[in-house]
Amino acid sequence: MAIISNAVTIADAGAFSVSLGALTLIKTLTVSTASTATLLHGSSSVVFDSTYPIYVIKYINVFSNAGQNIAMNFTTDGSNYNVNIQSSTFVAEHTEDDSTQARLTYSSGYDETNGTDQVVFNINKGGLLNAGDASASGEIYIFNPSSTTYAKNFISRANSMSEYPGSTDNFCSGYANTTSAVTGVRFHALTSNTISGTFKLYGLKDS
Amino acid sequence: MGVISNGTTLLDAGALDSGIATGSMTLLSTSTASSSATIDFTSGINSTYKEYIFKYTDIHPQTDTANFSFQTDIGTDTNYNVTCTSTFFQAIHAEGDGSEEVSYNSGNELGQADDFQIIAENANADADGCIAGFLHLYEPSNTSKVKHFNTNSEYNQAGNLCMNVRAAGYFNTTTALTRVRFKMSSGNIDAGTIKMYGIK
Repeated sequence: MAIISNAVTIADAGAFSVSLGALTLIKTLTVSTASTATLLHGSSSVVFDSTYPIYVIKYINVFSNAGQNIAMNFTTDGSNYNVNIQSSTFVAEHTEDDSTQARLTYSSGYDETNGTDQVVFNINKGGLLNAGDASASGEIYIFNPSSTTYAKNFISRANSMSEYPGSTDNFCSGYANTTSAVTGVRFHALTSNTISGTFKLYGLKDS
Repeated sequence: MGVISNGTTLLDAGALDSGIATGSMTLLSTSTASSSATIDFTSGINSTYKEYIFKYTDIHPQTDTANFSFQTDIGTDTNYNVTCTSTFFQAIHAEGDGSEEVSYNSGNELGQADDFQIIAENANADADGCIAGFLHLYEPSNTSKVKHFNTNSEYNQAGNLCMNVRAAGYFNTTTALTRVRFKMSSGNIDAGTIKMYGIK
């Protein structure tokens, strides 16, 4: 952008492009007792394509109506969220009673072997605590989803109030095993329950 | 910022902020330690942002083997003793190429306790010893949910061990958190910088 007054350039093109920050908020999606929370390129002002090499989705106080785990899956065609995922999952968990559980463990029951429904939290324990103040917050990085050459890597970390009750630090990373461009992400509660909370989609520029 | 030419306002103050994406990560506050007993963030934590990130850099303890830690508080209280349940694990590698392990450390977790949460244990106070990392605090102003956090710290532990520490948990309150305090378990924070960012 340039600002020109009476043929005099006051600010040159690009002068305001500095210091604008690399983390760009694209979409804030808040759902309440919804069947899914979906971020799809081209829908509801969502950008999820080659514009950014890395996308970040923040989970802010997400929960399900009856305490179920929250899972995600990807789409390449905009309607079917069934891309194969290969992943690893582990947790650190500790109960409020300070005695029942305190450990770091791999969670083989929650990893995916070319499955299509990746639990991002609560991993390793039946679900989130089914209580009014229970939720999970964290973030997932999704790398170069528009690539048509490589699989699509993702890294997620979220802390949840699990049903022990206790705190679970959920780690989940893997890749969408496709060379087609991934154009959308969908989150939902397991066993067809509803999902509530806020998802914020960001693009990371020049990364 | 306003741009005015011959008495004519071309751009009004704030016009750029409203018309051009200015980035989603906003630096809110910077605190630099100088033999400080604590580093406190007592303003700016409110409903404006759903996530706050604290970046700590070159935190140098005054006392060897002291723990770097944090707690929160509500309103204008200064007790810094909100009940917390948390986890803590670490990856270790000695400079002498031994002690490699990744392990849970139950000594540094909290179980419904109001102690300070350790985010770097037994820090090295040698001249070049320091701590760096991040603390993410999610929606501290929420009045219906607990307040989740996670940390990732890298530092040189006393005994010349390379330490990567991950602590995470929740402050078990539905009251809005308004304050964050960092301190060492003994001695002062000799030097270092902590920056607080809000994430739009």
